[in-house]
Amino acid sequence: MASQAKTGGTGRFSQDERRRDSDHVSFLKHKGFRWLWIALAISGASIAGYLLIDQEPRPNGGTWYGYTLGTIGFGLILWLSLLGVRKRRINPGAWSLKAWTSAHVYLGLALTVVGTLHTGFQIGWNVHTLAYVLMLLVIITGIYGVIVYATLPASLSANRKEMTRAQMLDALTAIDRQLESAAQPLARAEADLVIAALGQDVFYGGALARLTGSYPGCKTARALRGMGGATEAEARVTALLEKRREQLAQIRGALRIRAMLEIWLFIHIPLTVALIAALTAHVISVFYYW
Amino acid sequence: MGDIFKVAIIGSGPAGLSAAARAAALGLSHVLLEKTDHLSDTIYKYQKGKHVMATPSNLVLRSDIDFEAGKRETILGIWDEQIGGHKVNVKYHAEAKAIRGTGEAIAGSVQQIVTRARDGTKNVTELQRHAPPYAIELTNGEVVMAENVVLAIGTQGNPNLMRCPGADLPHVQYQLDDPTEYVDEHIVIVGTGDAGIENARGLAEDPAQRNTVSILNRGTEFPTAKPANVSALMADHEAGKLTVRNESETKAIEPGFITLTTRDGEIRIPCDRIIARIGSAPPRAFVEGCGIEFTSEDRGAFPKLSPVFESTAPGIFVIGALAGYPLIKHCMNQGHDVIEFINGNTALKPADEPIIAAKFAQLPGNRSTEEWLEFLRANVSILNGMNPLQMREFMLDSEAKFYAPGEVIFERNAPGSSLFGIASGSVAVEVNPADPSITIPIEAGSIFGEVGLISGRRRGATIRAAEDTIVVEISRLAALKLQSQVPSAKAAIQRISIERQLLQMFGSGLTREDVAPLVEAARVEEKRAGEIVVTEGADDKDIFIIRRGSMIVEKQVGEKPVFLSYLPAGSYFGEMAVIDGSARTATVKAAIKSEVIRLPGEGFLALLDKRPALRERAMKDMAGRRATNAFIESRKGEFSGAVDLYSQTAQFLVDNGIGEATDVLLIDEKLCIGCDNCEKACADSHDGLSRLDREAGKTYAHLHVPTSCRHCEHPHCMADCPPNAIKRGPDGEVFIDETCIGCGNCQRNCPYGVIRMDAKPPKKPNLLQWMLFGKGPGPGEASYSWRKKAAEKEGGQKAKQAIKCDMCSGIDGGPACVRACPTGAAIRVSPDKFLTFAKLTEDIE
Repeated sequence: MASQAKTGGTGRFSQDERRRDSDHVSFLKHKGFRWLWIALAISGASIAGYLLIDQEPRPNGGTWYGYTLGTIGFGLILWLSLLGVRKRRINPGAWSLKAWTSAHVYLGLALTVVGTLHTGFQIGWNVHTLAYVLMLLVIITGIYGVIVYATLPASLSANRKEMTRAQMLDALTAIDRQLESAAQPLARAEADLVIAALGQDVFYGGALARLTGSYPGCKTARALRGMGGATEAEARVTALLEKRREQLAQIRGALRIRAMLEIWLFIHIPLTVALIAALTAHVISVFYYW
Repeated sequence: MGDIFKVAIIGSGPAGLSAAARAAALGLSHVLLEKTDHLSDTIYKYQKGKHVMATPSNLVLRSDIDFEAGKRETILGIWDEQIGGHKVNVKYHAEAKAIRGTGEAIAGSVQQIVTRARDGTKNVTELQRHAPPYAIELTNGEVVMAENVVLAIGTQGNPNLMRCPGADLPHVQYQLDDPTEYVDEHIVIVGTGDAGIENARGLAEDPAQRNTVSILNRGTEFPTAKPANVSALMADHEAGKLTVRNESETKAIEPGFITLTTRDGEIRIPCDRIIARIGSAPPRAFVEGCGIEFTSEDRGAFPKLSPVFESTAPGIFVIGALAGYPLIKHCMNQGHDVIEFINGNTALKPADEPIIAAKFAQLPGNRSTEEWLEFLRANVSILNGMNPLQMREFMLDSEAKFYAPGEVIFERNAPGSSLFGIASGSVAVEVNPADPSITIPIEAGSIFGEVGLISGRRRGATIRAAEDTIVVEISRLAALKLQSQVPSAKAAIQRISIERQLLQMFGSGLTREDVAPLVEAARVEEKRAGEIVVTEGADDKDIFIIRRGSMIVEKQVGEKPVFLSYLPAGSYFGEMAVIDGSARTATVKAAIKSEVIRLPGEGFLALLDKRPALRERAMKDMAGRRATNAFIESRKGEFSGAVDLYSQTAQFLVDNGIGEATDVLLIDEKLCIGCDNCEKACADSHDGLSRLDREAGKTYAHLHVPTSCRHCEHPHCMADCPPNAIKRGPDGEVFIDETCIGCGNCQRNCPYGVIRMDAKPPKKPNLLQWMLFGKGPGPGEASYSWRKKAAEKEGGQKAKQAIKCDMCSGIDGGPACVRACPTGAAIRVSPDKFLTFAKLTEDIE
């Protein structure tokens, strides 16, 4: 304690105080839109250069300015793709993933300007244009990602109602147990409906069902439709089936929002890999045929 | 009557065994008296397989028998074997009933024995002490004669027995060794102390045992149990695991059934087993009857002892838990030492001598250990009331330090909860952070650092040595022990802390003489969470300072209470009504269990009259507070939604323990995409186990409080850590060090459930191997099955230890959970900065 008391801790106090004081902003607003401004500056400078510099014979990836833009674009793409590594490797280093995400978003958007100017608007059926198109597709999926990240979390939280995923499944199991005993007095046909509902996998339904939240084959819904309300037992089962439907709706809601939050990554990342491959081919071919 | 032994040792616990082994090794004629048919009954009665620890680890063991941390069975086995090996003369089934001197009456040596009846009346009997040899009368009528007696009977005493009809039936028991032993039984636990609650919970924990467990509580409160145990018990009750029967007492017991008297009359319920945990009688009466005086009439008092453990009855020595040393190593060392003393070895130094000597080695002055201890005891006023033995033990948890003039002792805002006593020299307090040249002196004999100790908050000022200064730094634990052992020290610390808080309250310019009347009139009051201290509209006129804990200020606007502000420890309130004579403008209530200093309004007004500068300062503070309140109230008219949101969010956070937090993880669910990168980063930063559960926990208005450590001002987890492994680190983090023995006390004591018990898994293959070759489980906490399999490959899982957030202490960049959040949803905040209108209504997107 002695040396620590003398130096007043390891010096992290002021850093911690800053964190406790001011760090409550989203990745888009990070540090007063720092990366937005940097991205705008890069885009503006690229456009200004494109307009002001006399490129001979015509604006093209092969002029010195074209090579400059191409190098910047190539560097950006490689750096942007490193986010995948960054987010899985938290130590060492005093960096924040929020800052990286912020930079990733805005610099990625700036890439549309840099990349497009690099093409000199020369589009054709070749590996060069393939790389360009892949880049645009990656950026478009990324824009979708930014939009869902900014809009969906609130509904994810609202749907959760303080329950964890495990608790949602537990709640369903509890309802199922009650249903099983409540269904004992039912007639054969109604009992079969309940058995079918209970037998269906909670996660039944394909990717489309997950994304749209529409489950036409849901046996709980079917059981509800087929259940009369004549007897006391049927009324009880109906009430329980409704509870089950609601619990399923919560689980499916969570699945749907999470699917929407994640689906784009299944395109964004493979396309990035393809982009890097095409980009490599593009760069090699350019130098090969120089 | 046989021979006269040189020494008779009563009790075969660690202390008695060690003493007997020493006596045997020295060839002294001796006898070891044990009341049961086995050695070391207290440890024998531990739950099966219990891990026994060997703290303090830096204390050398000095004994003829071995001891190291391990399973109860192993330790008992070793002791049995070695006692046999030493040819110790053990006499089993020998319970001492009385010890009396058989020599001449010792002139002037009369023992006054005070017995207090339940109704408060005292009865004093006098006992004439007689010289040795002593006759030890056993319960079976035998008498053992010895020149010296070593009392090592511990404090377990005898369990209080049930008295109702049927209490002598065999299915009534007074202890529980192994809760998993009983299945399919109706079990009634009598007594709601910690032992009873732990037994009841243990029996009901595993539903597969199919036990029907009830616990009987005389009243409706649980005054003798730890709050954590009570809340866990109530949670089990609500979950239907067991039944708490309030206002119930046993009327009669018969095989298979028990009859209870309850508020609603008598009931008879099935009962196969009764476990009564209704306390035990301390062996004080027996000890006093031997002619041994205690230090006070206090229930927790220990016998008066000389430095060689000799009691007021010449030739009777007291060691071990009964002497105030509950740790096994201490006991064993004392057993060894006491026999050496009896054998005439007066030059023997205690076993902790090297540890304590090392603490004084750096000090100038070349004194011996005894001289240093005496120097500290005599010069630091709060230590005056201690005896040399207590000083020694106290010093084990404390440090003595020398500072040259100008040297910093601690800095403003450094975390620290230790207390400092000035043994010589003096220190200067830099009261004004902007101008270090303005200082207030604190003289030799006094203390400083008490605010950190009491409030649990960071140091309020930088303190430097003003001249060559020797201080004793008393750890939080030692300071708490000191206050409970020496009432005068407690009073002194309280008085000084009140005085300092008053001096600090309105900045410099006040003197001790100014505030002396207020200090005299001040009263410290404890407030439970939610208790109202000041009621809006009332016309009482006292002023309060928050000593520990925190308060919230509320005002009734329209129908609803509106949260105005959060007051951390060190703040004052109630001054408005005093200064302008108005009714209370807002309600102030405790956010958590707190302590306030109540100062009479008139005294405060008198002080203001005397010091116009203070009045000015108070008026300025007051105007600032008024403006905040007025701002929120005006907002209430225009933007009622924002104020409601602020007010309710703040209340929600306080309800979830933010009021006692110093640094807490919150998740803004307007930003959280549920990627769990925070948990993964946590696991990857700390041995592969996550210390937070993002999804669990409460949410209000999209602000989520996950299950994660709040680094409380007064950590609940620290309350009962046997190896004292939970500490506050240099950056304010509460962490558990590697001496954790895995007992799980902290996990039970944490009201927020943030501590988990788990085995540290083996290292995972690195990220590159996973990304390229799919080796290992990937980032984040590996599944239980992977951990188990990997551990088995390495030769079995490690022992479970308590793990909790350490705020990523020592990791560059700070908390990984926050750094790893891609969207900025995860934030770590402190309540005094976050519970403000601006922060809680901020637009974050």
